[in-house]
Amino acid sequence: MALLELSERGLYCPAGDFYVDPWEPVERGIVTHAHSDHACPGSRSYLAAAPGEALLRQRLGSDAVIQTADYGAAVSIGAATVSLHPAGHILGSAQVRIESAGEVWVVSGDYKLAPDTTCPPFEPLRCHTFVTESTFGLPIFRWAGADEVLREIQSWWRGNQDAGKASVLLGWPLGKMQRVLAGLDAGIGPVYAHGAVERVNRIYRQRGIALPATPPPTRETRRALILAPPGCQGTPWMKRFGAASTALVSGWMRIRGTRRRRSLDRGFVLSDHADWPALLAAIDETRAQTVWVTHGFRAPLVRWLEEHGRQAVEVPVRQPAPAAAAEECES
Amino acid sequence: MKLFAELYAALDRTTKTNEKVAALVRYFAAAPPADAAWAVSFLIGRRPKRLLESRKLAQWAMEESAVPDWLFGECYHAVGDFAETIALLLPPPAASTHLPLHFWIEERLLALRDAEDETRRRSLVSAWREMDEGQRFVWNKLLTGEFRVGVSQNLVLRALAETAGASVETIAHRLMGEWQPTPEFWAQVLASDARDADASRPYPFFLAYPLEGAVEDLGDPRQWQVEWKWDGIRAQLIRRQWRTFLWSRGEESIADRFPELEALGAALPESTVIDGEVLPWNKPEGIPLPFAQLQRRIGRKVLGHKILSEVPVVLMGFDLLEWQGEDVRERPLEWRRGQLEALAQPAGALVVSPLVEATSWDELRGLRQQSRQRKVEGFMLKRGGSPYRVGRRRGDWWKWKIEPYSVDAVLIYAQPGSGRRASLFTDYTFGIWDNGRLVPFAKAYSGLSDEEIREVDAFVRRNTIEKFGPVHAVKPELVFELAFEGIQHSPRHRAGIAVRFPRMARWRHDKKAEEADSIETVRALLGT
Repeated sequence: MALLELSERGLYCPAGDFYVDPWEPVERGIVTHAHSDHACPGSRSYLAAAPGEALLRQRLGSDAVIQTADYGAAVSIGAATVSLHPAGHILGSAQVRIESAGEVWVVSGDYKLAPDTTCPPFEPLRCHTFVTESTFGLPIFRWAGADEVLREIQSWWRGNQDAGKASVLLGWPLGKMQRVLAGLDAGIGPVYAHGAVERVNRIYRQRGIALPATPPPTRETRRALILAPPGCQGTPWMKRFGAASTALVSGWMRIRGTRRRRSLDRGFVLSDHADWPALLAAIDETRAQTVWVTHGFRAPLVRWLEEHGRQAVEVPVRQPAPAAAAEECES
Repeated sequence: MKLFAELYAALDRTTKTNEKVAALVRYFAAAPPADAAWAVSFLIGRRPKRLLESRKLAQWAMEESAVPDWLFGECYHAVGDFAETIALLLPPPAASTHLPLHFWIEERLLALRDAEDETRRRSLVSAWREMDEGQRFVWNKLLTGEFRVGVSQNLVLRALAETAGASVETIAHRLMGEWQPTPEFWAQVLASDARDADASRPYPFFLAYPLEGAVEDLGDPRQWQVEWKWDGIRAQLIRRQWRTFLWSRGEESIADRFPELEALGAALPESTVIDGEVLPWNKPEGIPLPFAQLQRRIGRKVLGHKILSEVPVVLMGFDLLEWQGEDVRERPLEWRRGQLEALAQPAGALVVSPLVEATSWDELRGLRQQSRQRKVEGFMLKRGGSPYRVGRRRGDWWKWKIEPYSVDAVLIYAQPGSGRRASLFTDYTFGIWDNGRLVPFAKAYSGLSDEEIREVDAFVRRNTIEKFGPVHAVKPELVFELAFEGIQHSPRHRAGIAVRFPRMARWRHDKKAEEADSIETVRALLGT
């Protein structure tokens, strides 16, 4: 029995009459996490994992009706029982487990298996159908350990200090920057954050996650590490740092072309998404007979799974409008 | 290999020229001479030819990575670079080789050339297992003959000059011609004695910049020597030690392709070097044949009597660099030209590029209109009294080219680029109207800003109507002004027309697809 179907507004569960990560305003939406391609404002009511509430409110507006559930707690919705489980992606990210009439489906949202001190680890769940993301669904995507990448970042920072240059590290303001901050040796020098990053840092700190202090950049930045959203590259906001070295931290930095196209000094490969081996391992652990593949390199992962004896289906996502995809630098 | 892969990464990482030069200087100081010689040869673009077919390399990489053929293809499309795709796909590295670059090149890479396939496969797989990802990438680039790195020849010369304590010009000259990347060669590059031992060695070509701003800014036209700008193969003809050498600007030795010019060389006085343009020549009319005729001739393996008589060539000489064993590049332009004129025989294979006489820029402007009829690209302007310089320099030589042709065409197919443009749609095919249908007319890859490329990329993703492998057919909506240099009939092209150097001059946001040009308009250009 199909617990989910793809509708005009995203994944819909008829048994419980709700959507998961709806693309448009709906009556009831369960939201896996607070990134804009998953959390769309305007719905009548939302259900999300408790640790992500404040992040979600920032995205959805102060008057949004947000119901929260602790990880693992069962919530009955119509003929379905729903529970949310850690996805290991960012603070408050959840997989959605839906059970109805003996059938179990799990929607992964975005996830990773690698350790991250800013959120609880991905919880493997058994299910009949697993809806997986595939942002990095090609075998060229394989991540080194976060510790190694952090060491590279620190040695780049120290090198810039020796050359008398500021270090500007660009990355997604929600999740990526906090993961970097939490693992960083803040004894190297001052760390400053762009307003968009700092707003998220505050929420993480309120949730009890220890992050070094990140005031706004001061006048003297030559020894500093500055954390900013990718959209800041090439904007007037960057001018104050003079001849800074600019780096981007993202899974996409694995490909030389994407690194060079952006004229970056460095690209650090650190992602909050599962790499290819992790995608396959996560799918294996669910023991699902059917896998729905969404977000990213869908076709290759579907074909791989089919060639390895599973049923797999491509689930399209709505292309985000150009404005929504833009990386903002408003502080 | 470790040092060289690190150098590659350092050069790749920065866009700042001073940092690149500093990285090169550090490398030249640290590398053993045998490594440095190979590195120089790779850095200035003398890369080994492809040593084995990509298909085999891909096959062995797929086996080693346990990845099927189709998935390799998907990865390649995402990465846009063959050598990099393999480096990223291979199992995680367990080692990082400390063996020097010259070992890997001489003992392992070049040894692949004559080996059996099974030996090659084993050698490659074991090489991959001994290398980290950065090393594998550089190694694969060398294997596939695609080694390129983000430094211009000028930067390499600067770094070598700094290392050797010599001038950039001296270093440039030492790197010309035929040489082997050996420790002895490296010693010669760094030597304090500047004497030149190699008879074949050409001089670095002096290259002109396009004219910037108004031609009037150059001052009095009588201070300038004006010649037509010829469209052929720029080449240096060398006669030394009873032998003739002909070098193209790409530093290929091309004497054997042009027996007429070998004969010309044999008649020159000992120790003479002429700079000029190899042109297919219409003798009766005294004008060049279409460039495509020369390409037809270059394409032939065997130069029979027929092709030699149909497409004869001349050297359109315009400068003299060496005379009676002396490097005369520092002598004034007029002196060099005078000696050159004395070398030309009536109806010989050396034609001296005629001077265009005029008393005003306006008069020259008028004469420039004749360029297309004369089968030339416009004018070359050379400052009176100037020396022959090294490389591309502003000031003494300018090219004053005629306006390119232009046609408004519609974007009909797009395909992802490679390298820096991987996974972006950057390679476009444009159509023009033919009886209410768009026929493919030209491909163009350059001319748009990064911003515009991103916009077109987004358009392609939203408006794909059909896919043929990596090629996407798109809704015919975007109009671009294409500029190009030459136009000819061509039975091999769908529109029956081939153009030279097409590029995007402008995005015509103001035009609808229906307003693009038609095949009739384009055919009309054939007559001009």
